[in-house]
Amino acid sequence: MNRDYTPIELLAYVAAGLLEDNKSVFVGTGLPMIAGMLAQRTHAPGLLIIFEAGGIGPQVPVLPISVGDSRTFYRAVSASSMHDVMSASQSGYVDYGFLGAAQIDPYGNLNTTVIGDWSAPRARLPGSGGANDVGSLCWRTIIVMRQDRRRFVPKLDFITTPGYLDGPGARERAGLPAGSGPYRLITQLGMYGFDEQSRQMKLLATHPGVTVEEIRDNSSFELIVPEDVGTTEPPPPEARRIMREIDPTGMVIGK
Amino acid sequence: MNTLQVGHGELIGWHDPDEHRAWVATHKSRALEDKRTTVREAVERYVPDGAILACGGFGHIRVSMAVIYEIIRQRRRDLTFCGKTAVHDSDILIAAGCISRIEVAYAFGHELRGLSPASRRAAESGRCQVVGEISNAGYQWRFLAAAMGLPFVPARVMLGTDTLAHSSARVVEDPFSGKPICLLPACYPDVVLMHVHRCDRYGDAQIDGIAIEDFELARAARRLIVTTEEIVDDGVIRSQPWRTLIPYYLVDAVIEVPYGAHPTLMPDRYYFDEAHIGEWLRLSKTDAGAAEYFDKYVYGVDGFGEYLELVGGQEQLEYLRQVEHLEAPLRAPWLEEKK
Repeated sequence: MNRDYTPIELLAYVAAGLLEDNKSVFVGTGLPMIAGMLAQRTHAPGLLIIFEAGGIGPQVPVLPISVGDSRTFYRAVSASSMHDVMSASQSGYVDYGFLGAAQIDPYGNLNTTVIGDWSAPRARLPGSGGANDVGSLCWRTIIVMRQDRRRFVPKLDFITTPGYLDGPGARERAGLPAGSGPYRLITQLGMYGFDEQSRQMKLLATHPGVTVEEIRDNSSFELIVPEDVGTTEPPPPEARRIMREIDPTGMVIGK
Repeated sequence: MNTLQVGHGELIGWHDPDEHRAWVATHKSRALEDKRTTVREAVERYVPDGAILACGGFGHIRVSMAVIYEIIRQRRRDLTFCGKTAVHDSDILIAAGCISRIEVAYAFGHELRGLSPASRRAAESGRCQVVGEISNAGYQWRFLAAAMGLPFVPARVMLGTDTLAHSSARVVEDPFSGKPICLLPACYPDVVLMHVHRCDRYGDAQIDGIAIEDFELARAARRLIVTTEEIVDDGVIRSQPWRTLIPYYLVDAVIEVPYGAHPTLMPDRYYFDEAHIGEWLRLSKTDAGAAEYFDKYVYGVDGFGEYLELVGGQEQLEYLRQVEHLEAPLRAPWLEEKK
């Protein structure tokens, strides 16, 4: 299919569309940052962007390399601390949080720690970082990751970050904040939610040109696929122009 | 309190609060004393083999690289590292063979640059043992508990996950709400390194920009080595005391090292030296390459001034200042590879 946008631009545009004006969002570097900045420059000028290292409400000039980069508190309302922003998140001030992962299960639990056995890993990954905190404490998390059969697995090698754990009510039983949890998952193939009853992954929309069959072929577990599956909207030229402005070197968007 | 779960990660850096009070009473002076020294003396005195080490900053932001290079130069061994937001600091110390054990909130990665070849190799081969998992907020609250002189602080993170099962935290029934809550044990590192913007000879230190977790970490540290972009007269500190994050009685050594965080980022002073970090990431793909790096930039130089000349001297440092102030475009080898 002939497209004039890159896959990352599509993901960032779809993610940006989920963020509402006058709400707050915990972002990491890379794609979430582009999504947050794009939302701010389009439909959500009042979006409050927060970084885990202490940057609060910055007017980010160009894409930061790190979540502790000085760009994360450029013209910010506060250059604070991790204790401050994590406490704000624990107290309910943070509406959205972005997460990525190497593996996901049907309940939206995430693995970023090891592939294989923890004591003798096939691959050692960076660990939780702030992911467990974001997944525990924000009201709604948005997961952005690549989808294939090795990444969409029925059981994770390691639960780094909580999704809905093993089903409805499990987060609250574990002591996690009531009413929080995964909200949306965006992959290169489509967008998912989590079924209200079972808390399992449910397809909401495919990206333009992607079939439901492809979606199913790229998961090792059974996905909930309702009758009426939508299609995501590709990024219009204006959104693409803004994203190029945000990431002029193509650090994340690519060329 | 009813204990619901016990994490089986190794408990590192914990002390009984009364034991810690007694240690502070006898080891930490409350006298205003001139603590200026050299990185060589500070490492000889405060960083013994086998110590539990933590770094201020954020892994590749505001890291006291001058002291890290000296630890490598003095060939310290069997350090246990507090891998809170660990990036370039842990990567280079693991690759040099200084760290053999690490508790991990974040390690083995370089954020947008990708994974760290050298420290991943060490973790996967068992040369560096992961003694436990934790989250960033979790680690930071371990330091908060220590800073408060408490045995633990409660938090609502890690619950229900393998991160908790592999941590040193415990879950109990909260006597107030009746809900399960995670108790994070205090962590007092034996020695903490911190790089700051300005400090007086006694150790009163100010940091510009985000504090990250340095407020808590400075207070959790048993020994605290502070390197600073500049040593200022104590009158400068006293004219704006509200800017002081770290008062002198927490500090054991003060060393003036301009550009002492290079190649990591120093807010409002200089940006990441991506050319240098890129060279490290390229060379550290093999053990031989990492050894070449250490021969050139650590063992082969006599002090930090000579190192700065080797990485490009005043011209490169001026460029990094311009990038930090958005006056020059960012050039990064890993960025070129991505295109």
